[in-house]
Amino acid sequence: MIDPIEPPRRKNPLLRTRLPASPPRPRSRTSHGFTRAAAEGRFMLQRCEACGTFAYPAREACPACLSAGLVFVDAPRRGALLAETTARVPSDVYFRERAPWRIGLVRMDCGPTMVAHLHADCVEGAPVIMSFQLDKSGQAVAFARPEGETPNMADDRQWREMTADPKFRRVLVTNGRSMIGQEAVAALKAAGAKMVFVGVSEPWRPFAGEQLLRGQAGIEIVTLDAADEKSATDLAADIGGKVDILVNTTEYVRPGGLLDRKGTSIARDEVDQAYLGFINLAQTFGPAMRMRGADGINSSAAWVNILSVYALANWPAFGAYSASQAACLSLSHCLRAELRPGGVKVMNLFTGPVDTEWFQTVPPPKVAPRAVAQAIVSGLKGGLEEIYVGDVAAEIKQRLAANPKALERELDK
Amino acid sequence: MQGKNLLELAGAISSGAVRVVDLTFTLSPDFPVIVLPPEFGQAAPVRIQEISRYDGRGPAWYWNNVTFGEHTGTHFDAPIHWFTGKDLPNNSVDTMPAKDMIAPACVIDCSAGAAQDPDFVLTVPLVEAWEAKHGRIPERHWVLLRTDWSKKGWRDYANLRADGAHTPGPNPAVMKWLVEERGIIGFGTETIGTDAGQAGHFEPPYPAHHFLHGAGRYGLQCLCNLDQLPATGAVIVASPLKIQNGSGSPLRVIALVSAN
Repeated sequence: MIDPIEPPRRKNPLLRTRLPASPPRPRSRTSHGFTRAAAEGRFMLQRCEACGTFAYPAREACPACLSAGLVFVDAPRRGALLAETTARVPSDVYFRERAPWRIGLVRMDCGPTMVAHLHADCVEGAPVIMSFQLDKSGQAVAFARPEGETPNMADDRQWREMTADPKFRRVLVTNGRSMIGQEAVAALKAAGAKMVFVGVSEPWRPFAGEQLLRGQAGIEIVTLDAADEKSATDLAADIGGKVDILVNTTEYVRPGGLLDRKGTSIARDEVDQAYLGFINLAQTFGPAMRMRGADGINSSAAWVNILSVYALANWPAFGAYSASQAACLSLSHCLRAELRPGGVKVMNLFTGPVDTEWFQTVPPPKVAPRAVAQAIVSGLKGGLEEIYVGDVAAEIKQRLAANPKALERELDK
Repeated sequence: MQGKNLLELAGAISSGAVRVVDLTFTLSPDFPVIVLPPEFGQAAPVRIQEISRYDGRGPAWYWNNVTFGEHTGTHFDAPIHWFTGKDLPNNSVDTMPAKDMIAPACVIDCSAGAAQDPDFVLTVPLVEAWEAKHGRIPERHWVLLRTDWSKKGWRDYANLRADGAHTPGPNPAVMKWLVEERGIIGFGTETIGTDAGQAGHFEPPYPAHHFLHGAGRYGLQCLCNLDQLPATGAVIVASPLKIQNGSGSPLRVIALVSAN
């Protein structure tokens, strides 16, 4: 049984803020099969194509028949905790600071035995559910949780190290003018965020939903035009030290590609809003977030980007927009590497066309803004890195993996 | 004019006998810009990006890169801005006569009317009433519409509602009359445009733009401190940036006002 975590107190200004340490990083190339699984919240193990044996840890040949045909497949998550131990004085700095730390051996129903981090409610001999999680180094680790729900399950200390749960954290939603932004505010508040700052650019310009945001406890409207260097700098000067999760809800969608547009002014706006806005936010909020990765219950935890799935493959009908999203996707990988020493996750949500005004003439299926918001929260709670929201996004990803050329031709219509 | 008189003017400015009133808002990213339906091209907002600030990017100097649309902040409209003025000679900011950049102004105080009604419009009878008090508007004078709109908070300043902006401005008849009967050099306002917020519904739409620029005259907007100007006698200095074929530009507008 876990006691619920306490709302964090105000910081003692006499104490130094602890700098984040990282758990060990080295992994073999093959082991990054688990990283890919963990990034998407999947549980994948290697299975032998010849004899069907599941293998763990990552191997080059099947331990049963020595076949080299080991492929990562989604695997059953259930197992039983064989044995557990508690590391009280680990030599590694990260674990030493977090000791005592429980680990155990889990015998998987599908065969292999795995060393795993343990949720506090895991009991020796009892069934557990296994997942791969990204730790503060961004690397995949095996994590065992009890089979059923237990009280305050998400408050487990070791689990919280693996996730970016909004509970008691302070969130900046950068654009409260968009429907996704407003749904994100509501979803994050419902998930227990202590405070949601909502960025609104050009406050002299009214917008739909404004009244809902105003005057709610725990929601504060702040002036933020991410594309404006000074605006981002000014806001970070005020609240940069208390943004634990940043949700970049910049939204600038315009149809058109190259030949049927005249001039570069729309493209400039796209770059200004999406790409330069991203850079401004990263430069102004990123350094403090990286520094506050081990700052208690409400340590900085995650940066969320909402990207079009057409960042992966250009959709000519929205061709220039797709390109701006591709630029942001590339930038997100840079940001992930730079925030990694702070243990701050960068989570990318990929969506197909969202059910908003600029995709008005696009036929369904379209993603509801609320579905995006719910995916943000569930992704943060699960500590994910890549989320594909809705059927279109999932399908584009799958078709890209199968045949990029085919997808390119198919998107040209 | 004798050189001596110019020196006297310089001396009077220096001594304060001639006051210099700044009619310009600070050019900043926060200042409201004209809002068009999103499917139209938009004025690029003001952006100020540091190149260096006595730091590793330039240890001894501070400077910025600045970008903005021609019609941002306190700005000048040249005749080429509107279709009615597109074929006129010397209709852009780089080719307009430099002497047009200095001219006297008549200031019509409509602050009381604008305080009552955000859709207040300037009409011919109102100007005639002003003339009865201050004399006929001379040719080649600016007419500046004082509404005290520049004193509002920015939300009220833009005053955008579901049916568009609601800000004061001139009606079509008065614009035609000022241009044709009074021969004004230009028309200036405190609001985001020379036209009223609802002027798209006037006939013709945007009459200030329509008549001013069609006759080769100029517009000034987003002015402030008009309450510091006398009804007559102020001299306006308004020299836009010399942008090649430019339709307008942000600028520093100053007024020279005799102190007594």
